[in-house]
Amino acid sequence: MAQTIAEKILSSHSGRDVRALDIAVCDVDFCFGQDGTSSIVIDSFKKLGVGKVFDKNKFCMVIDHSAPSPNIGVSAIHKKMRSFAKEFDLGLYDIGCGVCHQIVPQHGHVTCGDLVLGADSHTCTYGAINVFSTGVGSTDIAITLASGKNWFKVPETMKVIVKGKLPAGVYSKDIILHIANDIGSNGATYKSVEFYGEAISSLSVDARLTISNMAVEIGAKVGIMEADNKVLKWVAGRSKRPPNPVHADIGARYVAVKEYDISGLSPQIAKPHAVDNVSNVEELIEQRIDQAFLGTCTNGRFEDLEIAAKILKRNKVNPEVKFIVAPASREIFLEASKKGLIDIFIEAGCVVVGPGCGPCVGTHNGVLADGEVAISTANRNFKGRMGNPNSFIYLASPATVAASAIKGSITDPREYKKRLA
Amino acid sequence: MKKTARSKRARPKVSRSNGPRAAAKKKKPLLSTEVKKPVLNRHLARRLKVQDNINTDYVISGRYKFRIQDPKELCKHIFEDIDPEFAARVMKGDILVAGENFGCGSSREQAPQSLKTAGFYAVAAKSFARIFYRNAFNIGLMLVECNTGFIDDGDTIELDIEKGKLNDVSKGLAFDIKPIPSVMKKLLDDGGVVEHFKKYGGFSFNEQT
Repeated sequence: MAQTIAEKILSSHSGRDVRALDIAVCDVDFCFGQDGTSSIVIDSFKKLGVGKVFDKNKFCMVIDHSAPSPNIGVSAIHKKMRSFAKEFDLGLYDIGCGVCHQIVPQHGHVTCGDLVLGADSHTCTYGAINVFSTGVGSTDIAITLASGKNWFKVPETMKVIVKGKLPAGVYSKDIILHIANDIGSNGATYKSVEFYGEAISSLSVDARLTISNMAVEIGAKVGIMEADNKVLKWVAGRSKRPPNPVHADIGARYVAVKEYDISGLSPQIAKPHAVDNVSNVEELIEQRIDQAFLGTCTNGRFEDLEIAAKILKRNKVNPEVKFIVAPASREIFLEASKKGLIDIFIEAGCVVVGPGCGPCVGTHNGVLADGEVAISTANRNFKGRMGNPNSFIYLASPATVAASAIKGSITDPREYKKRLA
Repeated sequence: MKKTARSKRARPKVSRSNGPRAAAKKKKPLLSTEVKKPVLNRHLARRLKVQDNINTDYVISGRYKFRIQDPKELCKHIFEDIDPEFAARVMKGDILVAGENFGCGSSREQAPQSLKTAGFYAVAAKSFARIFYRNAFNIGLMLVECNTGFIDDGDTIELDIEKGKLNDVSKGLAFDIKPIPSVMKKLLDDGGVVEHFKKYGGFSFNEQT
């Protein structure tokens, strides 16, 4: 019988033919935790009492959420992670390495056709490189660290087809915000979402990662794409393991099919305090902002920095705005530095902080004051997300964020069309 | 119970022990042919002001969960950003009542753990987000999906998992509970996934629907 990508990957990892809604115990190719979740991974692992890890090459920890540590409590967690890594000879990406969702694919820990678990909800990011990857809790990671396995309910699949050609100044972030607006924050709960269409194929791998990253914002378990030549090339340069590209069969069963044409799409913005509360940029012009943030697992990659730099070059950040930039990894930081982007940011008046989650999770690096408004390239704008429940967060593409930072209010990046073309 | 300001609040008399609730009502002796009803514990409903899309950041803010490791400390701050008075009203055995998509957002286990440590017996919601659902059963916190729209804060509730009912005793209403998947039931019965794993040396389920 014809299978979806999710059914195929979970079948190959459980050793039997599984279908949507089956329960399967599967071998997991890779799993990890970050500094917000690893403390409980360690506690749960010790409670299991197995005394050894299943395979030290199939696990790592990343210190990214509060890096470097802003307080004693976090420092204690970081210390605990370092000492656990030493005790069991495990991989640890310490402060400055970058955000876990950049680190894991960039360092080749995952490849096409893999089954991956992460103790972070945005683990769905690697769906863009044809990986069945999903976020779970810390105890689930501890179980997999000990046994190499975990149990899965095979998800039903929703098919999303994105047609058309992206207009100048409109990006993959705008596509996923547009989809979130339509499907809603729980419209794909528990489902695997398969993305297709010429608009997806035309995107770079980095831009596709932005879309899969936000699959969880519509409730999805996985946001997966097929591996085309761009993906195979991207993976080949990073992972030592051979890719195993997985395609859905013709006649596979989809619980819903959604089609979008993005040819006339405006830049999209998610308004406080929900990711599916989306407007066209035109409706929000003149909304004052106090802070801008470029970075995160959604939009902190080289291409994102490059787009923002094009807009910021020979321009100044509005004196009323604090603009914070956090490259998603050390390698991206270095490349941006070599290509002169960091100079552009600094000359424009941005504050460039070390690679990591930055102010996205509200622990440090730019906590908002009461009543302040931020525009951010992140994936969540929940109340209090950036550390203050009395502040307001708008989500947008790197281009919209950069354009808005210059003006001091929400701005249509198509004003810089010539630079972006 | 320790006398605190919050315990002085007028609360309906609700048995929090395992004792039979119906003892006072049933004055006539049971006939031998009558089937004895299972004894259900009663709980108080704690309804959130905001009902839908309660994310894990609202359950426990990132301000705390990144730096505090002790669940007993963390649970003092539950729902602080959306209802600062809420945490102080929660007592052991209460049932949290919410709307659609409860627990969306991050994967952090601190969210269900804080609710369990705060004393909640279960969470009743119209629907749950995926990762939260899994995490809750993994740590041994029961979640029930049903129509929660008619339940008010302070209502007395009984959960009859066997019959698949949530009874709002205060209102005399009964709501159907979506069946808890057998995998989740097993995890709950074993006291969470760690205990399950220790008991069986792995997972004891591998089934097709």
